[in-house]
Amino acid sequence: MVFRPPPRLGGYPLKRTMQTYSIRSLARNARSFHENWTAAWRSPEPKPAYDVIIVGGGGHGLATAHYLAKNHRIANVAVLEKGWLGGGNTGRNTTVVRSNYLWDESAAFYEKSLQLYETLSQELNYNVMLSQRGLMLLCHSQHELHDAHRRAHAMRLNGIDSEFVSRENVLRMVPFLDGSPTARYPLCGGLLQRRGGVARHDAVAWGFARSADAFGVDIIQNCEVTGIRRDATGKIAGVDTTRGAIDAPKVAIVAAGHTSVLAAMAGIRLPIRSHPLQALVSEPVKPMLNVVVNSTQVHVYVSQSDKGELVMGAALDRFQSYGQRGSLPVIEDQMAAIVRLFPIVSRLKMLRQWAGIVDICPDASPIIGKTPVEGLYINGGWGTGGFKATPASGFCFAHTLAKDQPHPLTAPFNLDRFSGGRLIDETAAAAIAH
Amino acid sequence: MLLINCPWCGPRDEIEFTCGGEAHIARPADPAALSDQEWAEYLFMRKNLKGLHYERWHHSYGCRQWFNAARDTVTHEIHATYKMGETPPVVAGEDGVVKGGNS
Ligand SMILES: Cc1cc2nc3c(=O)[nH]c(=O)nc-3n(C[C@H](O)[C@H](O)[C@H](O)COP(=O)(O)OP(=O)(O)OC[C@H]3O[C@@H](n4cnc5c(N)ncnc54)[C@H](O)[C@@H]3O)c2cc1C
Ligand SMILES: [Zn+2]
Repeated sequence: MVFRPPPRLGGYPLKRTMQTYSIRSLARNARSFHENWTAAWRSPEPKPAYDVIIVGGGGHGLATAHYLAKNHRIANVAVLEKGWLGGGNTGRNTTVVRSNYLWDESAAFYEKSLQLYETLSQELNYNVMLSQRGLMLLCHSQHELHDAHRRAHAMRLNGIDSEFVSRENVLRMVPFLDGSPTARYPLCGGLLQRRGGVARHDAVAWGFARSADAFGVDIIQNCEVTGIRRDATGKIAGVDTTRGAIDAPKVAIVAAGHTSVLAAMAGIRLPIRSHPLQALVSEPVKPMLNVVVNSTQVHVYVSQSDKGELVMGAALDRFQSYGQRGSLPVIEDQMAAIVRLFPIVSRLKMLRQWAGIVDICPDASPIIGKTPVEGLYINGGWGTGGFKATPASGFCFAHTLAKDQPHPLTAPFNLDRFSGGRLIDETAAAAIAH
Repeated sequence: MLLINCPWCGPRDEIEFTCGGEAHIARPADPAALSDQEWAEYLFMRKNLKGLHYERWHHSYGCRQWFNAARDTVTHEIHATYKMGETPPVVAGEDGVVKGGNS
């Protein structure tokens, strides 16, 4: 009998041609005074047609491109970005990653994402600087205590690390919190996810971009999509852009705050509202905080960057907006809250403030999957907390694009849930940014 | 900080108000007759326009009345405020093009 090797499922993986970063390549390049590093990705001219067009060069779009090539051998793909890579929310977020969600659907999805983060630097050969320093949610009232216990148990039933922390231990871990009896926001305890933490946002975008490019994906910056074209039968035919028309049978909208604007180009209405979300960074100080601290009650959260700055996020701006700047009342509330929580910071100066436009769904859960238009796919509605979702979002969305069916982990997050009444209400886990 | 002209009280600071989202969404006359799709359309689907947006505001820390505003969601300029039940004003945008009332 002739021996035949078993057929390989899905064929051979695509080749990834890139200059690997390692201690050896660092030494080699040091000898030539670092003048011979190759660019991390090409800047190609758009081709007339692709198999898949991804609109939006943020983390989610770039991750989708990476996994399309890596897991599904589809690399005739263009990522079209109207500005620069990661210049949207990916480069504006406060980089908290965690998987402490209440409902099973969210827990399964965000936990997958955290697991992908844990090996992402190796997968991409790019240091995303994941720092699992722990994430502490503060409880200021009996209600919050009950809720924290419920969430801790729900998470543990889903196999996700979660601890309830007593008031004394919260103060031990976060010594600068106001734990006095007259504190404006009394401290009752905390909910801790030790595997939560922060990662470097730009590195996530750049690492996915470099890998996708090495698989052959065209990343095209300064290319705004201005129209979505459909053929006579209504199917997707391609897009119009500021750099000309490009054909593709599949178009994926991964445009965060602009999801509704792009969907409207294909005649689709979405349950999304776009709001500014702001963040602030203080002047650098000595190490004072080695976990991420979040208070949902007073709408503020804070972590300390490697440079020593306090990175602070706040609540959503109150009205809808596409102007990428935040309003002052929100900053005032945020500063008032942070000073009450950490009296020691009252004289810190703020260095920078900015806003991103986030896309909010009524249930604070994303929309990811197919649309009523054949060939059009949507990945949006990540609102205030999609950075942590970046790898799993790309992983699952690539599956949907390749196979034209939802990935089991993201199937519940379809657009039909709004008419089917199957909302996944995560407003408690996601109502505040991060 | 926005200065919002409450049709009852006059100009007041943004912090006195709450924004109630898209205006002029009529509640269906006979909800029971609607399909799930149509009901979801009414409950959840929004225009989320970039540019001129007709929206509801509430003077929460003032007269506590609801009213409507025609506001630009990019520049934040408030072109007009008007009372509930009044027809939305026609507003000329920056480009000089007159944009329809209930756009
Ligand atoms: C201040 C702030 C703090 C946050 N903090 C956290 C946090 O701590 N943790 C967390 O998990 N999440 C956080 N988020 C949310 C998170 O940033 C987003 O959910 C996530 O980055 C979305 O990624 P994305 O790739 O979908 O979007 P983006 O990075 O915004 O990418 C979308 C891209 O689409 C492009 N685009 C839009 N329209 C077009 C067009 N017509 N043609 C071509 N390109 C177009 C945009 O230029 C943009 O680059 C925060 C957000 C903000 C604003
Ligand atoms: Zn008033």
